[in-house]
Amino acid sequence: MNYWPLLGVAVVVAGFALRMNPALVVVVAAIVSGLLSAMPAADLLTLLGAKFIDSRNLLILVLTLPTIGLLERAGLREHAANWIARMRRFTFARLLIGYLAVRQLLSMLGLTGIAGHAQTVRPLLAPMAEAAAEKIDPELDLDERERIRAFAAATDNTGLFFGEDIFIAFGAVLLIQGFYAQNGIVLDPRHIAIWALPTAIAAFVVQSLRALRLQRRLRTKPPRARESS
Amino acid sequence: MILRVEYVYWLCGALLAACALRELWRRRWAHGAFWGILAAIFLLGDAMKSAAAHGSAMPQQLAGAGVIALGLIAGFLRRAPTAESTREHERRAASAARLGHGLFVPALIIPFGTLVFTLMQPYLNIGGISQLDRAAGTLIALALACVLAALAAMMLTRARAADAIAETGRLLDALSWAALLPMLLAMLGAVFAFAGVGEAIAHLTAAAIPVQSRLACVLAFAAGMVAFTVIMGNAFAAFPVMMAGVGLPLLIGQHHAQAAALGALGMLTGYCGTLLTPMAANFNIVPAALLELRSTNGVIRAQWPTALWLLAINLVLIWFCALP
Repeated sequence: MNYWPLLGVAVVVAGFALRMNPALVVVVAAIVSGLLSAMPAADLLTLLGAKFIDSRNLLILVLTLPTIGLLERAGLREHAANWIARMRRFTFARLLIGYLAVRQLLSMLGLTGIAGHAQTVRPLLAPMAEAAAEKIDPELDLDERERIRAFAAATDNTGLFFGEDIFIAFGAVLLIQGFYAQNGIVLDPRHIAIWALPTAIAAFVVQSLRALRLQRRLRTKPPRARESS
Repeated sequence: MILRVEYVYWLCGALLAACALRELWRRRWAHGAFWGILAAIFLLGDAMKSAAAHGSAMPQQLAGAGVIALGLIAGFLRRAPTAESTREHERRAASAARLGHGLFVPALIIPFGTLVFTLMQPYLNIGGISQLDRAAGTLIALALACVLAALAAMMLTRARAADAIAETGRLLDALSWAALLPMLLAMLGAVFAFAGVGEAIAHLTAAAIPVQSRLACVLAFAAGMVAFTVIMGNAFAAFPVMMAGVGLPLLIGQHHAQAAALGALGMLTGYCGTLLTPMAANFNIVPAALLELRSTNGVIRAQWPTALWLLAINLVLIWFCALP
């Protein structure tokens, strides 16, 4: 067993720890691991190029940018925030829990591409969450605003991850089934997917409780003297 | 005409090329070069792949050199100062008041258009030939929805194509190298797999644990899934490695774990790792850039408690449900 390529992992860990540019760290780690596995440089270059080309689907979000940019210039975020601010019953926790439920249910049906950080979180969910939090405390500071936006992104991730495993045609279930089949264990995908249900429910409960807790913290924090920021 | 996934990449490439030209026009050379190289890989990627299929490795090696160049330039990207004046604020507020809920329409065309095109996919065929490339159906559906949404947004806001490019450039500038990280990490994952990094880690884990102890095996399996997912940024890469190293031989072979439950819960344990790692860039780093957080780890900071709770719950579920 050749343990030298593990140095590529060390490069990643060290690079992130030293706060170097992540894109550079990843490229260097790939070169280090590749060369230490005794791959000829020319082959490594081919592998890098081929795999990068194969992963173009991961940058598809650029196609959403013209729409989102134009709408933002025309005041989409301001409008989303105003709208939430006007609706009394739409509290911060209800907004996020509602979004979580929809995101999780859609993922369970395999409709994962319908929402996401570029499509829904930046233009809609994040400004709405900020506006809902402003209804509790009109003078949010920058740290709190960032925490709320980050929590909106975290809610999207949680809903996506812990919904999609229930959809039987999703990659994860098929990967598990395929792995077992290769090793002589034949399983029905439905029997695998059903075991993702308890964790999916737990994920919904945990994230919802955290949204409620964040809301309570905003409500009960002591009124502070206006600090200069 | 069959809509193939290549067209989607060409569209992305054209958009990136337009933004690259805009940056060069503004004399931001590093930015122009960065998006320009990326645009070239999107536009020429399919030609490079078919050249490789015909035995010429040279074009793909050029792409590889381009990737290294992207990594080197990434450190020189600086955000252009944005004019966030009060006048601009007032203009946006007035525009928001004028357009009202109409602003939601193009934004909602993206998700709902994707949904409709995805569901329509089996029916979009003429003369028995599907008009959408089956394998990449969702991708094409998303691209079609984005084109429709962009046209709707231009009509609604009376913007020209040049405005759309300028706005795309502004958002790309905010994303910067973070936009590229998911692709680079997918590439790194492939190199790691090729170099046998996964097998080495599974080997070390299996050698380190007391195999007689059921608890030690469960903990090693879960910790391995999380740790390996944190390193690779992807639970899919961790699963076969940890299953082959620990799950199959020890938990199923020796401790008679139930395969279906262990598989599902093991994968979900890996997902807890995905919530914790900057290597899962498209979920954790890209949104931090999109939401303009000052810390690139802001999203991870907001979700680690969820990840640890779910990890604990998964461990309990594995212990009581997957083991006899």
